[in-house]
Amino acid sequence: MKISKIKEILEAEVLAGEELLDSEVDAAFGSDLMSDVLAFVNDRVLLLTGLVNPQVVRTAEMLDISAIVFVRGKRPDENVIELAKTKNIVLLSTTHTLYVASGRLYSAGLTGDEKEV
Amino acid sequence: MAEGMKLHFEVNGDDFTRAGETSSKVKKTLSQLGFNPEVIRKVAIAMYEGEINMVIHAEGGDIDVEILPERITVVMKDVGPGIPDLDMAMQEGFSTADHSVRELGFGAGMGLPNMKKYSDSMDIDTKIGVGTTVTLGFVAQG
Repeated sequence: MKISKIKEILEAEVLAGEELLDSEVDAAFGSDLMSDVLAFVNDRVLLLTGLVNPQVVRTAEMLDISAIVFVRGKRPDENVIELAKTKNIVLLSTTHTLYVASGRLYSAGLTGDEKEV
Repeated sequence: MAEGMKLHFEVNGDDFTRAGETSSKVKKTLSQLGFNPEVIRKVAIAMYEGEINMVIHAEGGDIDVEILPERITVVMKDVGPGIPDLDMAMQEGFSTADHSVRELGFGAGMGLPNMKKYSDSMDIDTKIGVGTTVTLGFVAQG
């Protein structure tokens, strides 16, 4: 699914990576625990989270995650946005909760990325 | 690169927001050297968890990376408190990190298990009051 489509579905604001909205993700993963993101995520996913510290962007970087959606209206500070820009990671912010945002995307065909636990 | 490449880094232990900078640099270097993306990813994840551990538990330390075409070795050495019970520390979900670390998305007892999971070999040398050295090995060619 194109990131521009995700932006539309979540009525999201683009905080970083406006020029990358044409790129695509294959699946999505939602968590506020970065260690679980590191443990369970495969390539090319969208990360949905309510955490806004720099380690969210670092985690995305290590996993080659190309886009992050901050839910519940959360916004990271300028340093985090700048870090994402240097790593070519798209940042979106939506007022929807993690559950509703995930449900909307899933209904539109963006499914999960479940590795064997 | 026949004789390999050796990199040395110091991890700053008093700034959690900067944790991961070393892993980021190594990831970039491995990409430039043309390593397989899957290998790079494993190194980056395991090393990043280690770096977070060094900052959370040990006020930083030193990281040495040796890059050979067939093998990557990462040695993470701190002079922190040591790990009192290694068997417990290796269990998923066991953590001694405090609440402030959990609020940042870590400290859930996944660090060492994730490092083991993503590396091809892991050796831990720890002494109470002296420090901990974790050596991670990765097979680079398959």
